[in-house]
Amino acid sequence: MNHSSRLKFGIVVFPGSNCDHDAHYATGKILQQDARFIWHKEGSLGDVDVVILPGGFSYGDYLRCGAIARFSPIMKDVVRFAKAGGAVLGICNGFQILTEAGLLPGVLLRNASLQFVCKYVCVRVENAETRFTSKCRNGEVLEIPIAHGDGNYFIESDELKRLEDNRQIVFRYCDGEGKISKASNPNGAMSNIAGVVNTTGNVLGMMPHPERASDPALGHTDGRKILDSVVESLVLQTVLT
Amino acid sequence: MYQSKIVVTFRRSILDPQGKAVENGIHSLGFDKVRDVRIGKFIEMDVYTANRTEAEQITKEVCEKLLANPIMEDFSFTVENHKHP
Repeated sequence: MNHSSRLKFGIVVFPGSNCDHDAHYATGKILQQDARFIWHKEGSLGDVDVVILPGGFSYGDYLRCGAIARFSPIMKDVVRFAKAGGAVLGICNGFQILTEAGLLPGVLLRNASLQFVCKYVCVRVENAETRFTSKCRNGEVLEIPIAHGDGNYFIESDELKRLEDNRQIVFRYCDGEGKISKASNPNGAMSNIAGVVNTTGNVLGMMPHPERASDPALGHTDGRKILDSVVESLVLQTVLT
Repeated sequence: MYQSKIVVTFRRSILDPQGKAVENGIHSLGFDKVRDVRIGKFIEMDVYTANRTEAEQITKEVCEKLLANPIMEDFSFTVENHKHP
């Protein structure tokens, strides 16, 4: 990437994705970067700086959320891109696909309430030193919407400890003051986990939808901080290398 | 040809809210001796081979790679002789 040019966002479209256009709009129109759709049957991502796996219901959530999408032809190149250090952001169904593909630890179970939950929630930034949160402060509270039936993050307790030790938990559901409690947990997620990053810090999965909180016309712009962080981090990385 | 019958269930350590909801329904019917209801998946598939060991091997691999997620699920299966109808 030439640092004077714009970042290239590749948004993967699976059959059943329904937040692909929101992600395209947020990165292309709001952030003024290059955004392009990548159909899941393609074998290569092409020239991209950031890959977004958007929200939706890929393959109708058949079998398990994300279980079939991870075998889509494009996923081989997404795995290659991620292993080479490329930035990958999985939102909602995209997060589920990343766990099924083994790019992120843990799994997303049915919400403890068995209800589909669609509302604004608060999340606390637990690690502001990732390339997805560099424009946030540690402990900052962001208000971003969720919309899912399967967002109940689960991981074995020894692995949870490892996540905490490595600071891989990036967002936790909290109340407006940043307090983590059962009442502020919308889906039963272990340790109120709303988003995790891989050990190398280049793959983030999160249940809240930052792309839905990016346009000032919609009233909330906290999600933009996450997308702006990616742009800032990658541009900085290019200047430094 | 063989037919595999596969059962996928949540691991014991995983809370199964759907099973819990059904258990409450069973109790409200008056069946108070019923406990520990778990919901799982049943999958049937034909495996086109004349070799039982191979049919079992294929079934096991399909379960491990796709039908069950080992983080949250266990699986078991039987393989039976099957004639195409």
